[in-house]
Amino acid sequence: MRSKPFTLSCARATFYDRDMSDKYDITFTVNGDKRTIRVEPRRSLADALREDCGLTGTHLGCEHGVCGACTVLIDDQPVRSCLMFAVQAEGTRVRTVEGLAIGDKLHPLQQAFWDHHGLQCGFCTPGFLMLAVGILERRPDIAEPELREALSSNLCRCTGYQNILKSVLAAAAEMRK
Amino acid sequence: MRWVGRPLPRYEDPVLLRGRGRYTADLAQSARILRFVRSPLARGNILAVSSPPDVPIITPAVLGDVKPICPRLDRPDYVPVAQPILADERVTYVGEPIAAVIAGTAAEAEDLAEQVTIEIEAETPVVTLDQALAPGAPLVHDIAPRNTLIDARFETPGIAAALAAAHQLIEFTFTSGRQSAVPLEARTAVAAFDAATGRVTLSASTQMPHLLRTGIADVLGIAESELRVIAPEVGGGFGQKMALIPEYVVAVWAARHFACTVAWIEDRLENLTASFHARDQRVHLRGAFDADGSLLAIDADIQCNVGAYSNFPATCGVEPLMALADMPGPYRVPEYRARARGVASNTCPMAPYRGVSRPVITAAVERLMDCAAARLGLDVLAIRRRNLTADFPHTSVTGVVQDAGSYREAMEAAARVVDFAEFRARQQTARADGRWLGLGISVFAERTGPGSPAFAARRMVITPGFERVELAMDPSGFLEARIGSSPHGQGLKTSLAQLIADEIGVVPSAIRVVAGDTDRSPYGWGTFASRSLVIAGGACKLAAATLRERLQTVASQILEAAASDIEISDGRAFVRGTDLGVEVCQLARTAYHQSHRFPAIAETGLSAVATYDPYGTFSNACHIAVVEVDVATGQVTIERFVVVEDAGRLINPMIVDGQVHGGVAQGIANALYEQVVYDDGGNILTGSLADYLVPTMAEIPEIEIHHLETLTEASITGAKGVGEGGTIGAPAAVLNAVSDALAPFGVGIFEMPITPQRILQLLRKAGCTASSSVAPLAGRGSG
Amino acid sequence: MKPVSFRYFAPRTVDQALELLATHGGEGKILAGGQSLVPAMNFRLARPASLIDINRIDSLDYVREDGGELRIGALARHARFEGPVAGGALGAFLPRVARHIGHLPIRTRGTFCGSIAHADPASEWCLLAATLDAGFLVVSRRGRRNVRPNEYFVGALTTILEPDELLTEIRLPLLGEDWRTGFAEFSRRAGDFALAMCAAFLRFEDDRIVEARIGLGGATDRPSRIAAAEALLTGSEGAPDIFREAGNIAAETIDPLEDIHASAEYRRDLVRAMVARALDQASAR
Repeated sequence: MRSKPFTLSCARATFYDRDMSDKYDITFTVNGDKRTIRVEPRRSLADALREDCGLTGTHLGCEHGVCGACTVLIDDQPVRSCLMFAVQAEGTRVRTVEGLAIGDKLHPLQQAFWDHHGLQCGFCTPGFLMLAVGILERRPDIAEPELREALSSNLCRCTGYQNILKSVLAAAAEMRK
Repeated sequence: MRWVGRPLPRYEDPVLLRGRGRYTADLAQSARILRFVRSPLARGNILAVSSPPDVPIITPAVLGDVKPICPRLDRPDYVPVAQPILADERVTYVGEPIAAVIAGTAAEAEDLAEQVTIEIEAETPVVTLDQALAPGAPLVHDIAPRNTLIDARFETPGIAAALAAAHQLIEFTFTSGRQSAVPLEARTAVAAFDAATGRVTLSASTQMPHLLRTGIADVLGIAESELRVIAPEVGGGFGQKMALIPEYVVAVWAARHFACTVAWIEDRLENLTASFHARDQRVHLRGAFDADGSLLAIDADIQCNVGAYSNFPATCGVEPLMALADMPGPYRVPEYRARARGVASNTCPMAPYRGVSRPVITAAVERLMDCAAARLGLDVLAIRRRNLTADFPHTSVTGVVQDAGSYREAMEAAARVVDFAEFRARQQTARADGRWLGLGISVFAERTGPGSPAFAARRMVITPGFERVELAMDPSGFLEARIGSSPHGQGLKTSLAQLIADEIGVVPSAIRVVAGDTDRSPYGWGTFASRSLVIAGGACKLAAATLRERLQTVASQILEAAASDIEISDGRAFVRGTDLGVEVCQLARTAYHQSHRFPAIAETGLSAVATYDPYGTFSNACHIAVVEVDVATGQVTIERFVVVEDAGRLINPMIVDGQVHGGVAQGIANALYEQVVYDDGGNILTGSLADYLVPTMAEIPEIEIHHLETLTEASITGAKGVGEGGTIGAPAAVLNAVSDALAPFGVGIFEMPITPQRILQLLRKAGCTASSSVAPLAGRGSG
Repeated sequence: MKPVSFRYFAPRTVDQALELLATHGGEGKILAGGQSLVPAMNFRLARPASLIDINRIDSLDYVREDGGELRIGALARHARFEGPVAGGALGAFLPRVARHIGHLPIRTRGTFCGSIAHADPASEWCLLAATLDAGFLVVSRRGRRNVRPNEYFVGALTTILEPDELLTEIRLPLLGEDWRTGFAEFSRRAGDFALAMCAAFLRFEDDRIVEARIGLGGATDRPSRIAAAEALLTGSEGAPDIFREAGNIAAETIDPLEDIHASAEYRRDLVRAMVARALDQASAR
């Protein structure tokens, strides 16, 4: 390994004369923990979370940005982690499904999905939860038609979406309290 | 406290909500990654497969004496074709695995796979039903003349006379495009070799772990005990994960051969091109009616494009034979003739997909009813009233016994909810404004929870059916139910816990249901065919009743009362009418630790085993869709969707509704959106989710559900299956609604999916093009 | 579906980026939002040997009004346009278009200029740029040039951008309050690529249309204005009948794309409907 740490304080964070298989050390915050991992440039953020951070709650359903199962929050914004390279996450604050609950206490969205049967096989659930967290944190009062449109970002094959919408509406009401 | 009937939140959920559910790919952390080199051509001779010296590849020669997959039906009208694990001499569809490589990471495995060179002498493929059935068509398999893998027939003696005597003969061809189940988790396997035992543990995203073990052991020529199959969390299946696939065989072979852990994680491109497809059917239908709308006869020619091979264990007979046997659905059909063919082509093989044939035949028959009603000047409800089965049990013309249901009551209830009269008035007003609304109805009955008699009737050599449950209480009073079914999102563990809790008198939170592990659960058939709650549920009830008796025996001795006077409720056994009692946990401890006091249960202890193998039970429902068609773009918007469902006794109504929601969403997808498209060369043009259109929340309307609960004797829990009904009924309702909306233009829909483009084509053909002003033809019916 | 290996560069300044492009641009790609490029890389359809990631060039992250124009820097992301970014008719118009672009997480990352550089026929921003005759600021170590849409768009996914060039800014006219706007798009599902869409801009004086811009996207290999339809409308009062006629003209004028989702014939049908609807919307405002 010939790579040296990628630091943003470095004025010229460019890399010359490297082999393609060279790996970079990147440092970012995941669910509040600062982590440094060593990755190839081609490593997606999703793969880095799953394989280098051991956070397998982020799922891969299509790897081309349509299904949304891999949705995570980067600096509180929902993004498709299959469409971002891990090296691009240097210095960011990443939140995944594993960071939602505080100890035994589920996040209001997790609780609402449980109460309202907002999941069946559960594969799309982490992506929907993170998408919904990203939406509700910015717009706690979002109206149903707009919410429906925003939640149309992700695919679910089991629920027909009805209970997902119901769950998110219930969580929104709870989070406004 | 009764637990059955309550919308209990699922025990399955917390782990999934926390992102701690372990799906198969989550178990691949230290595995070597297997990658398949797949055929880029649909048909041809393999001339050479080669790779650079530093890229070792797994080829058929390397696999040695691994046997092909050869599913069988015991009937003369079926041609068994063998599917090689890796294509050897011939390629028969795009995506067929030819060779495999193994590397440290998925990316490196893809790099290696790109270095494998395949030379194929290309031939012109047969892709469509018409191509495959054309006289002189090239054969996909030399042993299958006319590319026909199955050719089943049924005919009643009076069919010709009934057709001849008909007052109205309605005739059309209904077609369904090819579709894919698209579980959100694609297929995945992790095969781990254990050096100590020499066994391989295969974790796989499967709906039937035991059958997978049987299938792999058979082709590898090993004892089943050398292999343990685990279905961890499974991210949806819908039928696509109930067949044996070559990829899993190679994974197990490689784990054994290289004595390591090997993972294969299917990507979405592979899933859309080379996993199983479904539907792709054509039904030529003739329906004979008398003047008052009574259905006299159905004459059907059913053709299913089943792709390149037959799936194990269901075989490629699954769709044609289901269509043949179940075409009459909820209606009395006095005379019936049908021919059902499974036709091979150079396309991806077919497997069962939620509904199996019935989404297509229900749509065809429901279109038949609406067409007949229009021809006879009858209302769509009236013609159905005249023909729906009302006396139960009813033996259908094909000999299928339908248990008690509420076919007509469900329809009447749905019609009341929707208020036909109000809709028709609104429809007239809207038409005057150039807005085209339509209402479509779909009535159906679906066989659920079929036991071995149903599959034996299909003459499957491997005949699924029974489920066995092993129930045991541990010394702390906690129950474990080990089942052969293999749930993957259906909430079955919660529903079964509710059933067992009521039968014994304990709380469901004290019950753990263990499934999906061939080392831990009894041999069973997995989860498919809307069967698990009916059959595994029935077995749970039987086992729980036996265990309750054993608990009563122990309690009677502790409490010094007659066993018949012992009641168990809320985790406490007590003498009826007294406050004399003992906690079940105490009772369990005593039964284990002072066993000498209870010779009556010496042989079994606090455990019980039961098997249930019913004939099957019919669920029924009525779906009504209200749509608006934008005739400038062809866009269909579903304004309202109502379901009146009769799934018998509801064990967990919240879970039942969830099954209906999801089923209807897939039915709407089948009706309006999803289609696998091949070009003439047999290449798939829908290899991404940007092109294969799984609907989003924006396309799926709110689904309004009402329940009827016919308590059948065909299911000992009273519960009927509910996994597939939504998908079976929805397409017919949508297509009838679109047809109703377009009736003023003289356009009816006889295909699915019905795309906006196709709607405009049909309008244009009817002389109502969007380029001229869109206006209905004078004198056409008004629906 | 993992991409082939590539070299990764993360320049901090435009100059650094241009230097890298001069060296690696030929077999490399600029990575901005990555919402089109990365899927293509995951399918291994795009196999750049180098990626020059411009996301760290803070100086490109801006949207500002300047001299009657809206200037959009290369890192301005789609989501930014869902909220107010400018005054005038353009400012009101942008959020209505932005919500049609993919989905929320796509809009969080994808950039306005990235869409223009990618030049997908179904790009809403390409349509907007073409309809409003935007200015495209293109720089390289060889110099800078200001390009107009009619020369910029060459075909589907093809522009005049050279391998060493970076599209740093788009300039759109702000449009006075006398402009009325309409936008109509047809796609199969929410967030899907447009099969046809129309952006309509009408300037009224004394209840008559004195200037019309009608742009079409999604239906043809590149966005285009329909001069004949614009001419038809100019001077009229803008009644529904003439809007239908404009739609018919547009449908007959174009050379539509064909794919599995829409035949040429169907795209003409959609163009007819989208033009009429965009114009109805514009006249209603």
